[in-house]
Amino acid sequence: MTTGPTVALFATCFNDTMWPEAPRATVLLLERLGCRVVFPREQTCCGQMFTNTGYADEATPLVRRYADVFGPYDYVVAPSGSCVGSVREQHAALARRAGDTALEAAAEASAARTYELSEFLVDVLGVTDVGAYFPHRVTYHPTCHSLRMLHVGDKPLQLLRQVRGIDLVELPSAAECCGFGGTFAVKNADTSIAMGADKARHVRETGAEVVVAGDNSCLAHIGGILDRQRSGVRTLHLAQILASTEEVPA
Amino acid sequence: MTGPQPAPGRPGAPPTGDVGGGPTAYPDGARRADGLGEPAAGGGPDSSGPLQRTSETFLGMPSFQTAARAALANTQQRRNLAHATATIRAKRAAVVAEVDAWEELRVAGAEAKDEALHHLPDYLEQLEDNLTARGATVHWARDAEEANAIVVGLVRDRDAEEVVKVKSMATQEIELNEALEAAGIHAWETDLAELIVQLGHDRPSHILVPAIHRNRAEIREIFLREMGDVGRPAPADLSDEPARLAEAARLHLREKFMRARVAVSGANFAIAETGTLVVVESEGNGRMCLTLPETLISVVGVEKVLPTFADLGTMLQLLPRSSTGERMNPYTSMWTGVHDGDGPQDVHVVLVDNGRSHVLSDPVGRDALRCIRCSACLNVCPVYERAGGHAYGSVYPGPIGAVLNPQLRGTASDVDKSLPYASSLCGACFEACPVRIDIPSLLVHLRTQVVDEASGRSPEALGMKAAAWTFGDHRRLEAAQRAATLGGRLLGDRTVRNVPGLGAWAQARDVPTPPRETFRQWWRRTHRDEDREDT
Repeated sequence: MTTGPTVALFATCFNDTMWPEAPRATVLLLERLGCRVVFPREQTCCGQMFTNTGYADEATPLVRRYADVFGPYDYVVAPSGSCVGSVREQHAALARRAGDTALEAAAEASAARTYELSEFLVDVLGVTDVGAYFPHRVTYHPTCHSLRMLHVGDKPLQLLRQVRGIDLVELPSAAECCGFGGTFAVKNADTSIAMGADKARHVRETGAEVVVAGDNSCLAHIGGILDRQRSGVRTLHLAQILASTEEVPA
Repeated sequence: MTGPQPAPGRPGAPPTGDVGGGPTAYPDGARRADGLGEPAAGGGPDSSGPLQRTSETFLGMPSFQTAARAALANTQQRRNLAHATATIRAKRAAVVAEVDAWEELRVAGAEAKDEALHHLPDYLEQLEDNLTARGATVHWARDAEEANAIVVGLVRDRDAEEVVKVKSMATQEIELNEALEAAGIHAWETDLAELIVQLGHDRPSHILVPAIHRNRAEIREIFLREMGDVGRPAPADLSDEPARLAEAARLHLREKFMRARVAVSGANFAIAETGTLVVVESEGNGRMCLTLPETLISVVGVEKVLPTFADLGTMLQLLPRSSTGERMNPYTSMWTGVHDGDGPQDVHVVLVDNGRSHVLSDPVGRDALRCIRCSACLNVCPVYERAGGHAYGSVYPGPIGAVLNPQLRGTASDVDKSLPYASSLCGACFEACPVRIDIPSLLVHLRTQVVDEASGRSPEALGMKAAAWTFGDHRRLEAAQRAATLGGRLLGDRTVRNVPGLGAWAQARDVPTPPRETFRQWWRRTHRDEDREDT
């Protein structure tokens, strides 16, 4: 039953291609909460990989595409703190760098209507109990861009605390970067792995079955290390736990 | 202007390495803080100031990646760094949390530094006038070579064979100790950590705690082995208790304080309004150097100038809390020229450019010149904590070094080219910076410069162009995704431990297997009837 707002889903290229479970869970969750979800097919990528590796010229057309595709919507929701961070903190600046004032205005407008999932749930829909059920021991890793760019604060934790059956345990040194950092993970692989190994150690210290975060990019890195260690710890996106029910578990 | 050297770096005298063409060279209106800079033609650094020449010690340094790989294998150093940075992080967090108006202080600090930087020639001339009026002699140095020549000349003219030194980043940067030694003049570091580094024939690895990579057992060995060669030896029964180590250093240094006729310092701040220099320290060794000798020579980077004495009030609230995690540091020394019968009667100030004008000419990058060398960004940086300071190939390590060195020295060398990438862009540095330098945005800005300066034909550049083409249209992305999901269906649930071209990822991380169905394929299957956008 559709009683809530219409939401355009920005799936993000990485989730769309590699981790479709997260945007799928986002759709199921938002529909369960009464939203009408649309998926504008012309969307591709926010351009962050290009911007942050130094390829601003390659990123600028993606800023234009994002503003064109999502311009018509009041609410755009993405299951990624990092991609939303790029839309909000970098798009207008890229347009300015290209000397395109019309695009700058469009980018600012679409950025202001783009939300990371936990922000949309808590700030716009005003819910923290989303009716989820997940009877497992879980620890939450706050990703850097959601924490220090978007300032989501404890919104993801507010949502997780209301999940029925969950055993939520605190992650030591939670706010420290996992070491993914986009192309940093391969350009500075040794340092990235050293950081990730410490993060994986902290996750294992909690005895959690699942480590949850709002960004699958960070989780791919942390999970890649946990899997290599055969730790038996699963990674799940926040959307997957929030979408999980007794009938359809994550 | 009365020093023995000509005035090559004097403001208002282009094109000889000045700090700007005049008072209006850096208007406030040109500032931008988004970190993405202007296109090459519209702004960015121009040729208005020469680059800093990489000093002898750091010539031919490998890239950060290469140096970090070696440093990561040093388990003792990693333990030392993890312990030390965690301790100082916790102290800083506690004392910063006490200040209700911390954010307002940060803004005030940034504004004071910006005011100085955006009108730098004016404030430097005011500083020079006030220093001169109060009996000090001001010298201008365009680069390290000139600054060293000035100091060596001053020491020689006074027939001194040694100097005692206050901890100073500027003199580290210009490698003054090496220049003095080459001229037959001993330079004694008197800060405890600098003494450890000097006695150990080592290099500093941290701005505030140069010997942070050493533990007390290593320090004991260095003292026992080295002190006797350069002065009073360490007691034979020296233990590694901090109090015993400090006592050995105190006794060793006391002889040098009492004997030295010339001291060399830097300055944390130089106040234009009054001509006052300020040194902030913890041990009191600085106070000894600043008061006992007849001659005091202070080497000061031009960006250290503060407009007013009131600005110092802001800075003294920001610096100790950010730096050592203390509410106030034990010793703050201020001196304004020469005072009759009190302290050094022969006071010199060497104002050094050494690449700073070049940084100042970049309207985005120049925010890095606000830096007050507190090292909060080092202590919170997960990359610094693991790779250590030496990997940065400069006396300025950590996040601030990663934005400062490539601007001061340019990005021609392996290490300077790699430094903008020596960060996961986690943002902890910006959050901790007391003068609000948006280091992550500056790093991104510098990465764009590195890419723009490259040929554009590297495998990475070609890969980026191909990826950008794919993302340029959703139909191309969908075609690429069909190939990925085909791979996913072929691989099934098998664990991928290596993929050609992804060796750097796969050395310690499993590779995610592409899914059998992308999100948009699922959407078409489940939602196509109800969504007009997906027809």
